[in-house]
Amino acid sequence: MVEWTDFERATIQDIFSKIDYDIVGPATLARCLVVYPWCQRYFGNFGNLYNAAAISSNPMVAKHGTIILHGLDRAVKNMDDIKNTYAELSVLHSEKLHVDPDNFKLLTDCLTIVVAGQMGKAFTGEVQAAFQKFLAVVVTSLGRQYH
Amino acid sequence: MTSLTDKDKATVKALWAKISKSADVIGADALARMFAVYPQTKTYFSHWPDMSPGSGPVKAHGKKVMGGVADAVACIDDLTGGLQAKSELHAFKLRVDPANFKTLSHCINVVISNMFPKDFTPEVHVAFDKFLASVSLALSDKYR
Repeated sequence: MVEWTDFERATIQDIFSKIDYDIVGPATLARCLVVYPWCQRYFGNFGNLYNAAAISSNPMVAKHGTIILHGLDRAVKNMDDIKNTYAELSVLHSEKLHVDPDNFKLLTDCLTIVVAGQMGKAFTGEVQAAFQKFLAVVVTSLGRQYH
Repeated sequence: MTSLTDKDKATVKALWAKISKSADVIGADALARMFAVYPQTKTYFSHWPDMSPGSGPVKAHGKKVMGGVADAVACIDDLTGGLQAKSELHAFKLRVDPANFKTLSHCINVVISNMFPKDFTPEVHVAFDKFLASVSLALSDKYR
C-alpha cells in the first residue's frame, strides 16, 4: 500500500482545492496534444486538431480536458486505495478506449507543467514531488487492468 | 528523435533570449526539483557534502548544466558535432544513464513554466522539448 506523509496528503488536497478545473483541464489536454501529437490518435472525432491554435481553441478538447481532470477527484478523495478506485476506469481505458498506458505519463507530465505555471512560487520542489508521486500512483493504477 | 525545423530553432532562440539571464537560477531550481522528485538521481552526487536546495554545490552545478544548454543553443545547427566533447565526458567519465536526461529535461520544463508561464505556451513547449531531446541524443552519441 502507498504510504503518504501528512505533508503529501495536505499538498494534494490543497492543490486540487485551488486549481480552476475549467482552465487547468483544457490547458493540460491541449498541451498534451500539441507536445505529443501522436496522442491525437485517440481523438479522431474531435474535429480540427491541425495546429496548436486549433487544438487550444477546440471546444471538444476543452470539455474533455475538464472531464479528465475531474477523473482525478476520486483519487484525491481515496488516497489510501487509489488502486481499487481506478479498477473500472483501467478496464475502460484498456478494453474500450485502447489507450497505450505510456500516454498516461505524458498527460501527467503536461498537468505538472500547467500546474507549475499556475501556482508560481507555491509550487516548490517538495510540492512537485508530492504531486508527481500522487500522479504516478494514479498512472500505475490506470495501467493495472491491462492484459 | 526528431530533427529541429527552422521554426523550432527560431522558437528556441527566442525563448532562450528571454530566459538566459535567469539561467543560473533555472539550473539550480531544476536540479533541486530533480533530487526531490526523483531521489534516485542523487546517486550521481553522493560525493557532494550538501545536496539541499539552495546549497553551494547545487547552485554551482545548476549553473554548469545551464552553461551546457547555452552552448547547445549556440551550436543548434550541429548539436552532435558541437556537443561531442560533452558527450565524451558524460559517456566515459560521468557515465550518467541517458534515461536521466529526459528526467532533467522535464524538470527544466517545469521550472521554465513556473517562472515564465506566459512565455511557455504549448507551441514553445513542444519546440523546446524537441530541442532538449535532441541535446540528450547528442549527449548520448558517444555512449556506445
